Amino acid sequence: MKRDPYVTRMKIEKASLWKDGGPILQALDIEITERCNNNCLHCCINLPADDSSALARELSAEALKEILREAAALGCMTVRFTGGEPLLRKDFEEVYLYARKIGLKVVLFTNATLMTPSLVELFSQIPPLERIEVSVYGMKRTSCEAITRVPGSFDAAWHGINLLLERKIPFAVKGVLLPANRGDAEEFENWAATLPWMDDLPSYSVFLDLHGRRNEKKNQMIRTLRPTPQEGVIFLARRKTTYLEEMKQFCSSFIGRTGDQLFSCNAGIGGGCVDAYGYFQLCMGLRHPDTVYDLSKGSLKEAMTRFFPEVRKLRASHPDYLARCARCFLKGLCEQCPGRSWTEHGTMDTPIEYLCEIAHTQAKQLGMLKEGQLAWEIEDWRERIRSFSEGRENEFRTSCGS
Amino acid sequence: MSSGQAVEVRVSLDGLYKPSEDVVARTVEGEIIIVPLVAGIGDLEDELFTLNETGKAIWERLDGKRKLRDVLHELSEEFDASEGEIEQDLIGLVGELVGRRILVAVT
Repeated sequence: MKRDPYVTRMKIEKASLWKDGGPILQALDIEITERCNNNCLHCCINLPADDSSALARELSAEALKEILREAAALGCMTVRFTGGEPLLRKDFEEVYLYARKIGLKVVLFTNATLMTPSLVELFSQIPPLERIEVSVYGMKRTSCEAITRVPGSFDAAWHGINLLLERKIPFAVKGVLLPANRGDAEEFENWAATLPWMDDLPSYSVFLDLHGRRNEKKNQMIRTLRPTPQEGVIFLARRKTTYLEEMKQFCSSFIGRTGDQLFSCNAGIGGGCVDAYGYFQLCMGLRHPDTVYDLSKGSLKEAMTRFFPEVRKLRASHPDYLARCARCFLKGLCEQCPGRSWTEHGTMDTPIEYLCEIAHTQAKQLGMLKEGQLAWEIEDWRERIRSFSEGRENEFRTSCGS
Repeated sequence: MSSGQAVEVRVSLDGLYKPSEDVVARTVEGEIIIVPLVAGIGDLEDELFTLNETGKAIWERLDGKRKLRDVLHELSEEFDASEGEIEQDLIGLVGELVGRRILVAVT
């Protein structure tokens, strides 16, 4: 018999455990509600906490358990409960416990305002095995509540965060960059650095997605809150050395022309997102009706093995996309994708000018483009990516003005 | 020593052992994945465990109904190794898993 170690401790995602690419479903996102007790200015999904129509349509605890059961049977290791605010659901503990008892690790996205001593006790006894992710909207009452638009939400969030800290429940924090909390960023990052479970700067939502259900009134608000491409890119590069190293690594592997292939990301491969009403999406952002799968009429397996692969074969046909995005070497750096195109334009292949401007601004900052150049007209793009990734930093410094 | 570290335990060939209710054992893509349910099984909170081929062959027989001595005989018939070697593997694995609270002795 072999004399290797009998038991190996590991993190699945870091282990080369799977011999043939792994299970067809490895991680599953579930938006267990679209309702939220906050009313954030910028939010791309939330409905009022007392929205009875949404509540009536939400998947029941039993339906959620059935989905979790099938996910586990397909080999899924991690489920992410998101929303809306997942803790608004009165049956959250029941669903959470069920997921853990069938051997799933749980990621919880929350604003922490509904964290209670009993819930924290549960997380202490039956740990989620993944860090909870807490969205923090401001370090001051005024900035936080200018965004959440709910009096008392600042105190409630910090009460929840303190409960997690007291019981040493691992959590990470993330932020959103908005005019109301722009002045809090340094304080937020300094505080985040004191958390034992933060191994990096907190992630931010900077450029703000439009509303996932294409609510035009909400979209008008979100557009007014977006930073200009220049402002956003300067914020991203605020820790210049780290940023530059990350961008070099990223660009060397993940940017380049993708042609008319719509899905250059991994959406729908090894994972997907179930919405609050039982529709299975390739990712959280893509709700185009032609791309969502009704789980009441089928199964996760059918979606993963038949439906999603067909969706992923879709090709772009919009003339502007073919003339620009299909030939643009900034694809990857640019966040143009079917999901964002859907929220912005109601199609999957319409170029999004805001994202295009951001990518061009960033590429100029990194020295891959010069003023006035358009990325889809560049023929020596491979050389430009290679040159940047291999470390020509002068142009970056110059264009950042330092 | 953190609560998740293995502790030395005495393992008897006349003992019965079964998976603990503090863990969930799953078979995924032919691999046995042991997922902690309660706190303190791993050294870190997000650790999972997997077993090598020897470990799998042993784990599958630890049902709380067969004495380790019987498991040893079954393994001796299946594997091309001396009974002494297999006994050493068996005692080693069971000791490690009991120490980690992944297996419990049936009394």
